[in-house]
Amino acid sequence: MKLSFSIPFSVGLSIAIVATMGLAASHAASSSDKAVAARKALMQMVSYNAGLLGAVAKGEADFDAAMVNSAATNLNALAKFDTVSLWLEGTEQGAVDGSRAKPEIWNDTAGFADKFAALEKASADLIGAADLDAVKAGMGAVGGACKACHETYRGPEN
Amino acid sequence: MRGSLTLLLTGVVLAAVAFYLLTAPAPLDDDYGKGLVADVAAGQLVFAAGGCVSCHAAPEAKDEAKLVLSGGLPFASDFGTFYAPNISPGDAHGIGAWSLGEFARAVTKGVSPDGRHYYPAFPYTSYTHLTAQDVTNLFAYMRTLPASDTPNIAHDVSFPFNIRRGLGLWKKLFRSDDFVLAGDVSAAVARGRYLVEGLAHCGECHTPRNAVGALKRDAWLSGAPNPSGKGKIPNITPAALDWSEADLVEYFTSGFTPDYDSVGGGMAEVVSNLAQLPQSDRAAIAAYLKAIPAVE
Repeated sequence: MKLSFSIPFSVGLSIAIVATMGLAASHAASSSDKAVAARKALMQMVSYNAGLLGAVAKGEADFDAAMVNSAATNLNALAKFDTVSLWLEGTEQGAVDGSRAKPEIWNDTAGFADKFAALEKASADLIGAADLDAVKAGMGAVGGACKACHETYRGPEN
Repeated sequence: MRGSLTLLLTGVVLAAVAFYLLTAPAPLDDDYGKGLVADVAAGQLVFAAGGCVSCHAAPEAKDEAKLVLSGGLPFASDFGTFYAPNISPGDAHGIGAWSLGEFARAVTKGVSPDGRHYYPAFPYTSYTHLTAQDVTNLFAYMRTLPASDTPNIAHDVSFPFNIRRGLGLWKKLFRSDDFVLAGDVSAAVARGRYLVEGLAHCGECHTPRNAVGALKRDAWLSGAPNPSGKGKIPNITPAALDWSEADLVEYFTSGFTPDYDSVGGGMAEVVSNLAQLPQSDRAAIAAYLKAIPAVE
């Protein structure tokens, strides 16, 4: 009786351990998950700095030349990130949880690069912005760059 | 026996007659547009608000080429694949030979010049609200666009949906001249209602559909699956959209969300269009979105 109980128990325990290890393995971030998380971090940095400039453009924050310059410089640096290590092959929407990357990113690499170049240009124009009007004008181009890329290369909300 | 056969035949004939009568394409009022003067510049704004380009430009067309409304974009659905037609002012394959009345009947009633029902992939269930003045202006503007001689692609729709006459019944059931947001509302909300429910046809994507493809008016603007099969189109009723009216106006202008994400996908072109409208129109849409019932 005791024997017949202990064998299933040990088997059960082994299964439980293996299952737990499996679960742990699936929870450890894959390279795909890490790439998606890193992309989102990059976009968060973009939106943070665009937000500082946008608040000035909308009149919610005062024009502060040093702050505007810093945000524009950071936006410009972010636009220069090389995309290859971030948009890994096989990490499109549907293939990795949380991804909204469209296959066009890999089918049209030149077009994708052009969109980042547009943000690089728009943000460069904001570096050293002299006054509120310059920020307003510059933010139109930044918004256009964000929109143009998301129009073609980002999928709908998951 | 002979009596029951006669009865059966009579029944079949009566059913056929009833079907014929119930599915008859609606005529246009004889005096439609009478006395109205077309304003091409105003028509350009109607064209932008209606987003005609998004569906009727050639697939992959960019910039100026988007104004050549040669059609051809496919729309996959549960009923088959629809292809946007050529609506450029071409004589052979476009609408160059159409009269204002034929255009108005097509846009507001979903009936072709030769008296056939259009499939509701063409949002005439929204355009039914359009004023005769806007239709007149739109028609005048569209005649100034480049002509294309690209032939139309036949829709690939299976039985029984390939029987166009049956769409007459569908229209009887689902095409309504009543606004979803009923009753007396402020001037701004009324203008927003005209734009959202009519001209800009926001509900066509943001409202879920029933089994035969009609919008569920009791779930108005509460979001829907994305036809691409990936992701979803968001709920924009107050149940899900907590942006202020100023936030909404900003989004319709620059494309920035309150937390500086940006518009994308098919909505990016919508925002590019809305940005061309007067500020008061964007504010009216925002006011309307705050006035509609919250639907979870």
